[in-house]
Amino acid sequence: MIYRESGQFITSYQADHRIFKLYQQRWAFYALLGFAFVIVPFIGNDYWFSAILIPFLVLSLAGLGLNLLTGYAGQISLGSAAFMAVGAFAAYNFQVRIEGSPLLVGFVFGGVAAAIVGVIFGLPSLRIKGFYLLVSTLAAQFFVTWVLTQFGWFSNYNASGVISAPSLLILGHDFSSPAGRYLLTLGVVTVLAFFARNIVRSELGRHWMAVRDMDTAAAVIGIPILKTKLLAFAISSFLLGIAGALWAFTYLGTVEPHGFDLSRSFQILFIIIIGGMGSILGNFLGAAFIVLLPILLSNLSANFLAGVVDPGQLENLQKIIFGALIIFFLIKEPNGLARLWQLFRERARIWPLRF
Amino acid sequence: MGATPLLELQRISLSFKGVKAITDISFTVEQGEICALIGPNGAGKSSLLNVINGVYQPDQGLIGFNGQRYQKMQSHQAAVQGIARTFQNIALFKGMSVLDNVLTGRNLKVKSSWIEQAFHIGRALADEIKQRQKAEEIIDFLRINQWRNSIVGTLPYGLQKRVELARALASEPRLLLLDEPMAGMNREEKSEMSAFILDTQREFGTTVVLIEHDIGVVMGLSDHVVVLDYGKKVGDGTPDEVRKSPEVIAAYLGTTH
Repeated sequence: MIYRESGQFITSYQADHRIFKLYQQRWAFYALLGFAFVIVPFIGNDYWFSAILIPFLVLSLAGLGLNLLTGYAGQISLGSAAFMAVGAFAAYNFQVRIEGSPLLVGFVFGGVAAAIVGVIFGLPSLRIKGFYLLVSTLAAQFFVTWVLTQFGWFSNYNASGVISAPSLLILGHDFSSPAGRYLLTLGVVTVLAFFARNIVRSELGRHWMAVRDMDTAAAVIGIPILKTKLLAFAISSFLLGIAGALWAFTYLGTVEPHGFDLSRSFQILFIIIIGGMGSILGNFLGAAFIVLLPILLSNLSANFLAGVVDPGQLENLQKIIFGALIIFFLIKEPNGLARLWQLFRERARIWPLRF
Repeated sequence: MGATPLLELQRISLSFKGVKAITDISFTVEQGEICALIGPNGAGKSSLLNVINGVYQPDQGLIGFNGQRYQKMQSHQAAVQGIARTFQNIALFKGMSVLDNVLTGRNLKVKSSWIEQAFHIGRALADEIKQRQKAEEIIDFLRINQWRNSIVGTLPYGLQKRVELARALASEPRLLLLDEPMAGMNREEKSEMSAFILDTQREFGTTVVLIEHDIGVVMGLSDHVVVLDYGKKVGDGTPDEVRKSPEVIAAYLGTTH
């Protein structure tokens, strides 16, 4: 009833090229953005900003980066955390070495550095595919962590290899408060999500999907495979690099290379698998699942099972339930939460009728 | 017919690790004609198509296309020169919509850079809309409008064959290579596909080289038939000439020794 295109006719290709074709979609999205930018900073508390919303946003961005590479361009990678680390340390060094340099330029610099490293580790993708490529991106994971710990220069000779975020100043405004860090993260993620959405609905996005689905046919119709794959690595790593810089600057404040280890890469891979490969929305749903569900479970169990079950067991129980839920969702919908949402929308369109 | 042939194969040979797939084949395809390659399974028909559009590199011989001579063709170069093709086992992008598949066929016509597309600035929108218009013309032409937004992997086989033709036509090719466009189709589907191929030739003046096993279809459709057997050319001429040639009959029906 609410969600229906009746009376709305698309009469030009330009209108058909919009991201949100129905005005309901557009207004719902603007309302959500308005809520996130204007209302949430007032109603949220520090715990919500620092422990829930900021990691949710940063992991969504990281998922987005990996999804461009894996979900759209079909190149499997387990080096996501390495590219995040490159972004974080490059942005940090940019801030430290160049006095008074703008924060946002530092983020872009971190992204570009990660993109360059991404292209280098993407080179094997021209020869190898699938699991073999996965192993070569694993090399990035271990190599980058090793370099960042081995050479003190990258952490400005900090004794324990830890980098600390600089002051978060943009044009004289301080974004260091939890609400400020939330707004900064939200702003960056919003801009980059639009950037990614534009790419995947444009020619380059079609090239990526063509290479993913059938690379020999893509070459025959004239798509340059080399350029397409390397651009996928570059743009994916660019987003991951900025996600890494945000992780260090707005979420944790201080971070060491081992904060970006293999388990982080797996976490990002799970986000896109649960959220949905080849979907922009899916990254946000997947990140919400990964970040929010454990918190929800621990709150629920603390409230309802506190006296009943031993606290040590409770923690294990949460992990078991979390794992079971992941399996349940993947069996229910192997294409991820984004696909579930799409099915729900199709139902809502014709509700209350069934066909 | 034009003065110079569009496609001219000169003494092409191809082997895979010593196994000869094609031996010393030469023939020409005139501008605007429909040329059929026929022959028993394993005769080298598909390999020959792969040589023409650069998927395989021949061991010997020259490929003349559009007045230029190539010792070997690269597949990208073939696409740039205006050679498009379909595959025996459909090679569509299965996870993409029909429209997106047709649009990828126009990838060489896109002028805007990815930076313009990513920020939606400059030539990006105008370019996208122009490609969309051209793609829609092809979609209209092949009457696949109603499946425009369907994911290709979910469509039935006969439609997928048509979408693959649409993707090839979207590139506005000079030479269209069709590898068994009617394999596995029933009678109606075959006549529909034949009509599309004839329409393509008439409307766009596209030269067509196709591989087909249904002799009835071949004889009705083509201006020129080349017969291969065991990697060698055993017949070349108009459908009538080929039908009467003793070598062709031998290749197809066998001879008494």
